[in-house]
Amino acid sequence: MSEEQIKNLEEQFEARIARDEKIEPKDWMPEKYRQTHIRQISQHAHSEIVGMLPEGNWITRAPSLRRKVALLAKVQDEAGHGLYLYSACETLGISRDELYEQLHSGKAKYSSIFNYPTVTWADMGAIGWLVDGAAIINQVPLCNTSFGPYARAMVRVCKEESFHQRQGYEIMLKLCQGAPEQKEMAQDALNRWWWPSLMMFGPTDAESTHTEQSMKWKLKRKTNDELRQQFIDQTVPQAEILGLTIPDPDLKWNEERGSYDFGEINWDEFWQVVKGHGPMNKERMKARVGAWERGEWVRDAAMAHAEKQQERKEKQAV
Amino acid sequence: MKHNLYRYILGIADNSLILGQRLGELCGHGPNLETDIACTNMSLDLLGQVRSYYQYAAKIKGEGASEDSIAFLRKEREYYNVLLVEQPNTDFGYTMARQFLFDVYHLLFLTELQKSSDLTLSAIATKSIKEVSYHQRFSSDWIKRLGDGTEESNTRIQTAINDLWTYTDELFYLTDADKAMVEEGIGVDVATLKDAYYKTVSEVLEEARIEIPESKYFQKGGKQGIHTEHMGYLLADMQYMQRAYPNMEW
Repeated sequence: MSEEQIKNLEEQFEARIARDEKIEPKDWMPEKYRQTHIRQISQHAHSEIVGMLPEGNWITRAPSLRRKVALLAKVQDEAGHGLYLYSACETLGISRDELYEQLHSGKAKYSSIFNYPTVTWADMGAIGWLVDGAAIINQVPLCNTSFGPYARAMVRVCKEESFHQRQGYEIMLKLCQGAPEQKEMAQDALNRWWWPSLMMFGPTDAESTHTEQSMKWKLKRKTNDELRQQFIDQTVPQAEILGLTIPDPDLKWNEERGSYDFGEINWDEFWQVVKGHGPMNKERMKARVGAWERGEWVRDAAMAHAEKQQERKEKQAV
Repeated sequence: MKHNLYRYILGIADNSLILGQRLGELCGHGPNLETDIACTNMSLDLLGQVRSYYQYAAKIKGEGASEDSIAFLRKEREYYNVLLVEQPNTDFGYTMARQFLFDVYHLLFLTELQKSSDLTLSAIATKSIKEVSYHQRFSSDWIKRLGDGTEESNTRIQTAINDLWTYTDELFYLTDADKAMVEEGIGVDVATLKDAYYKTVSEVLEEARIEIPESKYFQKGGKQGIHTEHMGYLLADMQYMQRAYPNMEW
């Protein structure tokens, strides 16, 4: 293909996106579009899978049968999200094994929030309320993103995430209406999860790369700082209903902006965790790689059995 | 009658609780996403059944009992599950072997329990049968895959079956409560399920190229509340919150 032809295709491609048409896997797309989507969708899928670990940590210890069942179902939903996000990613011409390899080798990233430990039951509430809450704000705009399989996956993901968020908030509410020890547990969880949740929106706009291109491809509709502000404005009143205090002495309603002003995020901590040195980075990877390695003989057996079955079938046919 | 019925329900439900708890340990750690989701599904099915049984048991017991007080606040000696279901997730082979050896029994049992003169139990059985027939299909398929797959998988699943075989006979043992409930037309005479059980199990094992263990030495005790050493740890984990924070709502 000549350079001019490619340029022509690219122009048509960008025009389709501008008209809000969906790009489907078999459509022509610029290589950069393909690579960017593989990166973002797989990162999202990995986050779902690694995200199963901190909550999975409390399944055996959930305090009631109802909570145990709800938590199991929630973590299972995350596995389901991982599954269809990996599938969406595979339509771009990369295999699931390759994607796992990128995760296990540390080449691919996942959401840093999952590198924090879940140390009390209240963390199940805080994660649902704050982490899923932040995820929804990040993800709702993606229901209209330009790549069809990703957009469709996100519609379902967002529906389930909003259920999870309500479930998390309800855990917090129950704790806050309970004994003083329970309310203390809830406050402690908020104290530990608040700042990492704000970091989920990524670096400030001044520091953020890729934004312009992502906006054009509708991978992003608002900037990191806009989304973060939206999260804070939405969450502060919810904390008030719970009777909990947001751990930020600088948090203050700004009448003029119609938004909350808030304190400085500890960006050193953010980068430390992103670079692999958070409290649980090594543990999370060890758990993922361990499960994968322990499962190797099982996957090999399934493959070998399927091949043998096929051979038997072919023999019979002859 | 009331005491026996209560004990009888626990004898059924504790199996599902403990197996559901064991499967729950695996969530997020499966050999691939599909099996991870499937094992969680089975755990969810079993725990759903548990809730129905315990809610019924709580009503019978009265005295402020609830599904949670029954699930979380008994002493180890007061859990009546069979030893089979409390065995650990040593590897995926043991998990599937345990599942399979229980599922075959569970399905036969529920099929009979449907005929119980106790309408609540018969309704729970009818509701659970669909789920459990899926469990049996799932675990049988895996037994066949692992048995037929590679040399390593065949060795591993054979080892698991050999080790867990010793716990199968207990499934057909009747406690005093069981006997009383059979007489009432409420309970299932599990001794009558034995032949059908070993027949189905043997058929699947043969198809899977797994040798049927010849051992005639069996272990039992769970139905009397005497468990293996694994049980205490499982309960310590499961009861942690209710023990550390008594009398609170969650």
